[in-house]
Amino acid sequence: MVNMMIDGKNVSAPKGTMLLESIRGAGIAVPTLCAHEAISRSGACRLCVVEIKKGNRTRIVTSCLYGVEEGLIVDTKSERVLNVRQLVMELLLSRCPESDVLQKMARDMGVAPQPRYAVDTDKGKCILCRSCVRVCEEVVGVSAIGLFSRGSYKEVGTPYNEKSEVCIGCGACAYVCPTGHIEMISTGDRRKIWGRTFKMQACPKCGKFFAPVDQLKFISKKTGTSMEELSVCTECR
Amino acid sequence: MTKPISVAAKTRQIVKKHGGGKSGMIAVLQDIQEAFNYLPKEALKTAAKAMNVPFSRVYEAATFYTAFSLKPRGKHIVKICKGTACHVRGAAILQDRFETTLGIKPGQTTADGKFSLETVNCVGACALGPVVVINADYHGQVTINKVDKIIKKINEEGAQS
Amino acid sequence: MNENPDTQARQIMDNLTLYYGPKKKFVAICAGTGCRASGSLKVKEALEAELKKQNLSDVDVLATGCLGFCEKGPMMVIHPDKYFYQHVKVEDVPEIISKTVAKGEVISRLLYRHPETQKTLFREEDLPFYKKQHRVVFGQNGMIDPARIEDYFAINGYQALGKVLSEMTPEAVIGEVKKAGLRGRGGGGFHAAVKWEGVRRAHGDPKYVIANGDEGDPGAYMDRSLMEGNPHSVIEGMIIGAYAVGSNQGYIYVRNEYPLAVTHLTKAIADAREMGLLGKNILGTDFSFDIQITKGAGAFVCGESSALFASVEGRAGEPRAKYVHAVEKGLYDKPTVLNNVETWANVPLIINKGADWYNTIGTEGSKGTKIFSLVGKINNTGLIEVPMGTTLYEIIYDMGGGIPNGKKFKAVQTGGPSGGCIPESLLDIPVDFDKLYEVGSMMGSGGMIVMDETSCMVDVARYFLEFLKEESCGKCVPCREGVRRMSDILEDICAGRGREGDVEILEAMGKAIADGSLCALGGSAPNPVLSTIRYFREEYDAHIRDHRCPAGVCKALISYSIDAEKCTGCGVCVKVCATKAISGEKKKAHVIDKEQCTRCGACIQSCKFDAIHVK
Repeated sequence: MVNMMIDGKNVSAPKGTMLLESIRGAGIAVPTLCAHEAISRSGACRLCVVEIKKGNRTRIVTSCLYGVEEGLIVDTKSERVLNVRQLVMELLLSRCPESDVLQKMARDMGVAPQPRYAVDTDKGKCILCRSCVRVCEEVVGVSAIGLFSRGSYKEVGTPYNEKSEVCIGCGACAYVCPTGHIEMISTGDRRKIWGRTFKMQACPKCGKFFAPVDQLKFISKKTGTSMEELSVCTECR
Repeated sequence: MTKPISVAAKTRQIVKKHGGGKSGMIAVLQDIQEAFNYLPKEALKTAAKAMNVPFSRVYEAATFYTAFSLKPRGKHIVKICKGTACHVRGAAILQDRFETTLGIKPGQTTADGKFSLETVNCVGACALGPVVVINADYHGQVTINKVDKIIKKINEEGAQS
Repeated sequence: MNENPDTQARQIMDNLTLYYGPKKKFVAICAGTGCRASGSLKVKEALEAELKKQNLSDVDVLATGCLGFCEKGPMMVIHPDKYFYQHVKVEDVPEIISKTVAKGEVISRLLYRHPETQKTLFREEDLPFYKKQHRVVFGQNGMIDPARIEDYFAINGYQALGKVLSEMTPEAVIGEVKKAGLRGRGGGGFHAAVKWEGVRRAHGDPKYVIANGDEGDPGAYMDRSLMEGNPHSVIEGMIIGAYAVGSNQGYIYVRNEYPLAVTHLTKAIADAREMGLLGKNILGTDFSFDIQITKGAGAFVCGESSALFASVEGRAGEPRAKYVHAVEKGLYDKPTVLNNVETWANVPLIINKGADWYNTIGTEGSKGTKIFSLVGKINNTGLIEVPMGTTLYEIIYDMGGGIPNGKKFKAVQTGGPSGGCIPESLLDIPVDFDKLYEVGSMMGSGGMIVMDETSCMVDVARYFLEFLKEESCGKCVPCREGVRRMSDILEDICAGRGREGDVEILEAMGKAIADGSLCALGGSAPNPVLSTIRYFREEYDAHIRDHRCPAGVCKALISYSIDAEKCTGCGVCVKVCATKAISGEKKKAHVIDKEQCTRCGACIQSCKFDAIHVK
């Protein structure tokens, strides 16, 4: 265990864990957008920044990726920290003006849109947190989508914006997306996502359409479980 | 007469040349572009299979680096140096001239396929600024006059052949 | 030969120097990228042909890398007299051979002429450009054809490696480099020995040694000239470093825009392998090390260490959090030493001449020399190598020859897009790592862009931010979105759409972006803006409040007009005007229609009578 001082409180944490967990564990709120329990950490949104002091050196770091250290002094609300968080929210609000998630978050943090920034109309609700790409790569394992180009031209999608041959229509990406940018429309026996329409499997017991056939085929191939077994929905199994 | 090699076969050759693994990604893409003057979709798909990486990974690298073009490029690739020294010596004026005369912006190719316009950030020939590189030829101390002459010369070249 | 592998290494090296002794008579002609673009290869061919014709086969022609005084290219130095000839043309060659090479007579018209005294100067060391320099690293370029490893042996090349492998332990090597105080020459200024120690101690296998040849700062081409002109110095440095840290695999990451550097490095590596200096069992010892070249593909951000690693690994060059240092988890998450090309080139020197010698050069906190590129509005454009602590004034005026065309100095930009602008009032500062930070700039990789009264400092800030916006990898919000918004505001200001309060917004954004960004690209992006606001606030105010660009650069805020008294009505400007904005009768003063005029500058460039004014 290591001992630290967070916002004046003595906090101890197990070695090898991240500051974010220690801070939240101490009952202090830290906003995040790109961190999700299902995937690796990215440090891209910068909302979880804190000011740390080691010896006489202070530094701004993202608490999601900074490991706990003995003797660390942490300030989660310094002027520098609050300025970074305010900047990030102002920038995201101008990038995704229609996102209600961001609007609520900003309100809760006391941040208003910065009128000097021209508002984007072509970014949808995507904040480029990369969560969808990470879940498709790390959890599902097909990497159907990626983040292409760079800088402000960066965008998420399938290569050439064409239908992906490897996508299994599982919707994990839509599930982890913090703003609901990814469109997944499930109607009846069809599901549409990333420009591709998937046929849904109906459970023989309850009749519900619960997963794309392609997804079940993928799992079957990976785990060796038969399609017959997988075709029964999780509730009826 | 030897049969022309297919895009896929050539790509597989290139992947093999660079060890077959994904760490050769950039070198592979560079060789593909060298072979076809751009990155054809088929080549990228083949490369992904050959290197055993997801297609999205290859596309990510292909779109991240500005040295690569996903669209066919022109016969003469005009690169205007936008380094600071060249900028201070008036490179913006030259870019203006190329854009106005050729009717294209950086990243585009003229309809007749003769010219592609690109900007590059410092080729390291600052004493000669402003510099314009056309294919492998470096042109230094370029003025509006020189720009006009260069464009004229290339256009006439095409007319003769 | 002694059977003991340690002294065997030393003996091999000693023998090589005896074998490939220095040449007495030769002509060194600069064949770096810059001089090549001015036709120096044709001059080289002419030299070889003429020497054959005049039966002077004992004279060598050395196509060297950059000799530094780029303004005067194509240039050559004729040995043994060391006469320096500038702006050499193919037509000059027969005379050069018959007079200077054969008889030692100088050709006056090819000599450098002092701009004030008008006296001709014979030798490199006499020229004001070179006089105050201390070319311990870069000077070697003049004695080597990079495609000939023998030339490198002749100037004691690989002696340091021989000494290291036969007499020094890895710890001793690190100790010597530490004592020398070698700090990174790529921009970070971090103590090289500390990195090396970190990797030596780190757990993980294999360990990697990498040379950062990405040199993305526009206007900086020192590393290019070292990789092109003296690739072996970089290779030797890396081998020594690898031995010190326990690495067997190295990489040199070269920018895509440097094809000649790749060619020369490839040849040098092949030659070194052939001579047993790279590969398995180097010089008969049990130390093995090899180097692979990887090319960049047009991304400035790949000069950043973690982005560089991602690029070598075959991915998009996105940086990642560096809370765990590269010395522990770098390339492929293994212990990695990443040093700049110039840093590596300093290593053989330190081993050969010793840390004590190295410490006699430079300042307290910054030892040794630094190679700078002096470009922009300067008379003597080129690469200079000076001891740390030389003042900006000496660099710009004594070596650089001051500002051309009688214009007034305004600012010098150091540190590239991560640096800042330094005004005239601060020209006395000695150049070293710490001093430049204090005035709001940084040394960076060593680019020095000189600007005069015709440069608009707001436009300069706009230029840098546009550059950074294009080069941002896009991963983190403060850089991707913040730099973009700063760039938008600066575009507005330069286009006459600036608003009161913009400067304050830029300052506030700047601080938050510097604090919040994931890597140094975003972290130092605000520097050009903040430093120009600090020293040139009046220009910002003029743009915003008066809609005026005092330097006459920002198109939306200036207008062109023809001086009726100077205009001869020659009509040249009418021909080059793309928007047909100029009209007038032959031989009578012409007029510019301000509505049609786009201020593209074509007319000003073509007018021989200086009749077009900018307001």
